Amino acid sequence: MIKALKFYTGVERIMKAFTFQGIMFGVCLIVVALLTIVPAGAGPIDGFKGQQGTIRISGGTAHIPVMKEAAKRIMTENPEIQISVAGGGSGVGIKQVGEGLVDIGNSGRKPSDEETAKYGLEHFKWAIDGVGVVVNPKNPVKTLSRDQLKAIFAGNETSWRALGGQDKMINVYTRDKASGTRAVFWKKALDKGVITARANFVVSNGAMKSAIGNDPYGIGYVSVGHMDATVAPVALDGVVPTLDTVKSGAYKVARGLYSNTKGEPSGLTALFIEYLFSTEGRQIVMEKGFIPVR
Amino acid sequence: MNRENVARRLFLSAAILSASVTVLILGFMVVLALPLFKQGLFFEILSQPWLPDSSIFGIFPMIVGTASIALLSLVFGFPLSLGVSALASTFAPTRIGFLLKKTVQMMTGIPTVIYGFVGVFLLVPIVREMFGGGSGMCILAASAMLSVLIAPTMILFFSESFENVPKQHIDAVDALGGTPVQKFLYVILPGSWRGILTGVVLALGRAVGDTLIALMIAGNAVALPSSVLDSVRTLTSHIALIIAADFDSLEFKTIFACGILLYLLTTISVLVIRVLSSKTRGMP
Repeated sequence: MIKALKFYTGVERIMKAFTFQGIMFGVCLIVVALLTIVPAGAGPIDGFKGQQGTIRISGGTAHIPVMKEAAKRIMTENPEIQISVAGGGSGVGIKQVGEGLVDIGNSGRKPSDEETAKYGLEHFKWAIDGVGVVVNPKNPVKTLSRDQLKAIFAGNETSWRALGGQDKMINVYTRDKASGTRAVFWKKALDKGVITARANFVVSNGAMKSAIGNDPYGIGYVSVGHMDATVAPVALDGVVPTLDTVKSGAYKVARGLYSNTKGEPSGLTALFIEYLFSTEGRQIVMEKGFIPVR
Repeated sequence: MNRENVARRLFLSAAILSASVTVLILGFMVVLALPLFKQGLFFEILSQPWLPDSSIFGIFPMIVGTASIALLSLVFGFPLSLGVSALASTFAPTRIGFLLKKTVQMMTGIPTVIYGFVGVFLLVPIVREMFGGGSGMCILAASAMLSVLIAPTMILFFSESFENVPKQHIDAVDALGGTPVQKFLYVILPGSWRGILTGVVLALGRAVGDTLIALMIAGNAVALPSSVLDSVRTLTSHIALIIAADFDSLEFKTIFACGILLYLLTTISVLVIRVLSSKTRGMP
């Protein structure tokens, strides 16, 4: 009996290890089993023709939709290539690529000079993304001044009532330190102000979206590219965070999305980064709600 | 060398390997936490709040968070488990008891992420609306969900020890005309307290060690909680959230303080179980 129980807990631990990784790193390995016919004609994806091998990508969670779409298209055309896309946050991306655990480490902030020098990183900024404040769509408060925002995140303003909402407590949601989204929001929207210790922590842009979408009294911040109908953007000092306002520069809380490699990229990694900057790559970037650069 | 000898050596080396891994893990954590010990920061870390902006990286709120979630989950889970196991092994007809136990055994195989997921979408909104104020991601929600996770462990242990009560004792009660309730209260329960305690310690160990449920529905706030409706961070969630910090930072090293604490807690609970079960075996 006791042995049986030990076995059960053992099995469960293994399962836990898997699910834990599933959540923390959001590992999405898409294997395309179909043999596809490579179409004739010169496209940016042609560089991958006849190639085989793997590309491992991790880091920034804002990047994931673009990475996944690019990976899907490349793998559909070239079944011999496997691309794995994981999350973890910008800090994880920089660290993992620096230590050679992945080929491309994504970050939603520019790696610091220290990090760049320590690991010998090359940065590739392929998109501009805004970081916008979001609330639940049911929340009537859709505009805040910067001072109000700072007061909310510092924990000094605790009720929606004073801001024109219901008489309910404000639930602040934030991201962990590894998040580039947090770094940019903290620097450019909160002017490096305090974030209350009572804030709830979530681990990715996706998790932030589902937390705010589920909490009618929540407030958080998410990549503009990730915004959809489940959350409502909040105008900051009168400017609504959208693709257009980020593009025009009217909305100031913005950052670059970077893909970093250890030293000059080569082989498949170089092809992948080239692909991000190609017409088709830029098309994907736009479709996913970001502003392509270069 | 005959076949048995080969097998014996194989098993022995497997045992040595797995045992040494456990010891190595502790050694690994202590070595990596060494800078903390050297600077005399270890005990400071255990007692201070977490204020990264002022370079104070204490894990006291996480210790309190872990303890409150784990203990409250026992408060919810213990009566529930005692009731189910009493029903399964004593009160219900054999066939229903068997079915109950099979169901509970199946529950042990459910990955915790499922519980976390159910918690986020079902329990958290209920807690939020019922008690007003707060996000609903709190000690109460996490420990309620956790009690479901640890209940099977307790139920299986409890019913096991109920069934191990000597048959003569039970027959004696029946012969004296005792009711099932009398039988349970005065014979079975007193006769199986060690098994009950073992189950509780094991369940507590699981509650302390679980990561995903707390990470997903306790809210992970770093403030010291003042009520069960406050959002807290457990030691395990803290490790999961800080793992991405800069390797060389003090912030990152606190992970090892958390790890050592968890390791010690697990070791102590295993030892307690060992002592208890060796005594049980010695009983008539």
